[in-house]
Amino acid sequence: MSLRHLRVANLSKTYGRQRALVDVSLAFAPGEVTAVVGPNGAGKTTLLALLSTLVRPTSGAISLGNDPLSGGPAARATIGYVGHEPGVYPELSAWQNLRLFASLYALTGAEDRIEAMLKRVDLADVRSDLPARAYSRGMLQRLALARALLHGPEILLFDEPSSALDPMGARWLVDELLRERQAGRLVVLVTHDLDAAAQVASHLVVIRRGRVALDRTQPEGFAGAEVRALYQEAVRDS
Amino acid sequence: MTASWWRYTFLIAFKDLRIEGRSREVLYTMGFSAALVVLVFSFALANATDAAQGPVTAAGVLWAATLFTGTVALARVLDRERENESIRSLLLSPAPRSAIYAGKLIATSLLMIAVEVLLTVLVGVLFSTGVFTHLGWLALVLVLGTLGFSATGVVFSAALLRSRSREALLGALLFPIVIPVLLAASRATACLFDPLSPDLEPVSFWTRFLFATDVIYILLGLWVFEPVVIGE
Repeated sequence: MSLRHLRVANLSKTYGRQRALVDVSLAFAPGEVTAVVGPNGAGKTTLLALLSTLVRPTSGAISLGNDPLSGGPAARATIGYVGHEPGVYPELSAWQNLRLFASLYALTGAEDRIEAMLKRVDLADVRSDLPARAYSRGMLQRLALARALLHGPEILLFDEPSSALDPMGARWLVDELLRERQAGRLVVLVTHDLDAAAQVASHLVVIRRGRVALDRTQPEGFAGAEVRALYQEAVRDS
Repeated sequence: MTASWWRYTFLIAFKDLRIEGRSREVLYTMGFSAALVVLVFSFALANATDAAQGPVTAAGVLWAATLFTGTVALARVLDRERENESIRSLLLSPAPRSAIYAGKLIATSLLMIAVEVLLTVLVGVLFSTGVFTHLGWLALVLVLGTLGFSATGVVFSAALLRSRSREALLGALLFPIVIPVLLAASRATACLFDPLSPDLEPVSFWTRFLFATDVIYILLGLWVFEPVVIGE
């Protein structure tokens, strides 16, 4: 896996007269899970949308290593995205969904990759022609992760991935995030769940009213109480 | 447009047709709406099927039904991308956005053409019109008219992807833009259906007009689809 840093410099985004993000500068390292937390409407999802290249900044720059992260096909191939919606086609089975995305990413050895990925997310034993429409919420989120990881992206973006998961599903997701961190992938997690953030993050970013209120890295990770205290302090002070 | 671009285009089109093959909801809805429209018009215009009025009426009914059923197809083919936010996954893939547009255009047009076959037979039977007299010409006019309609419709449908009242808005926005296509297609079809004085000269003119309109609409669609679908 590549060891390029993702950097955003003086990033701003306005929608009409509303300033969603104001002069944000951050650096994200490979092998690090960054938890981006903040109140509703703080600009967390806008930041993720900008990092995913699906939204263009009003001003500022995003770079991966020495290359600008534009919205071109090569840049998009470096990104895996898991949102609160699974981003798969409900009429197709897990295998058909992954086969489609393998073709879109022009992956070699697609069949082996798909089988390995389905095993990893524990969907290998599901009936192969069962459409995703019949899946539970947890199964859909596992399929979403398989889709996001299939092409081996350098950057993995999560937007409230555990919002509709049961405790078992949420625990599974935490384990997967830790696994990706250990594998050296660059992970950005937008969440409201401070406990989940504490379990996985080694880099904590608090956003409030479109600005960075806290940007702290601790390679050893954070304790739950510590994350809550830092969050409350950042939200109160900034 | 490289081989890779065409590969992506057919991949998207095949995906949409495969999904439709599993659910058949668009085809059934379109087929039912088409039959209903033709049936209602055939009762309402029972006196307009004489030799002079018949061809014009039949052509008008055929294209009016195409317009309504085509709107159903356009709304649903793009709506599927909204479910589960699969549009985000598609837009994040390396597939060129113009290839996504072209794939959607092909899939929608093929679904519409499948229903137009049924529509043409129904119009022929219920309006006692010789729809198969100039089958080659008719097929050409149907394909060109459908492409022109879909070329514009896919762009508008993508623009309304996140709008709550997209089905109502789609017709209101789309119909005025496709008036040239509908006028040309219905005029050419009326000439083809005329049993008394079938004149292929105007058919040839309207077909060339349709072709030129299609080229313009498709080029515009390829150009504007990306900013429209990502909401810029």
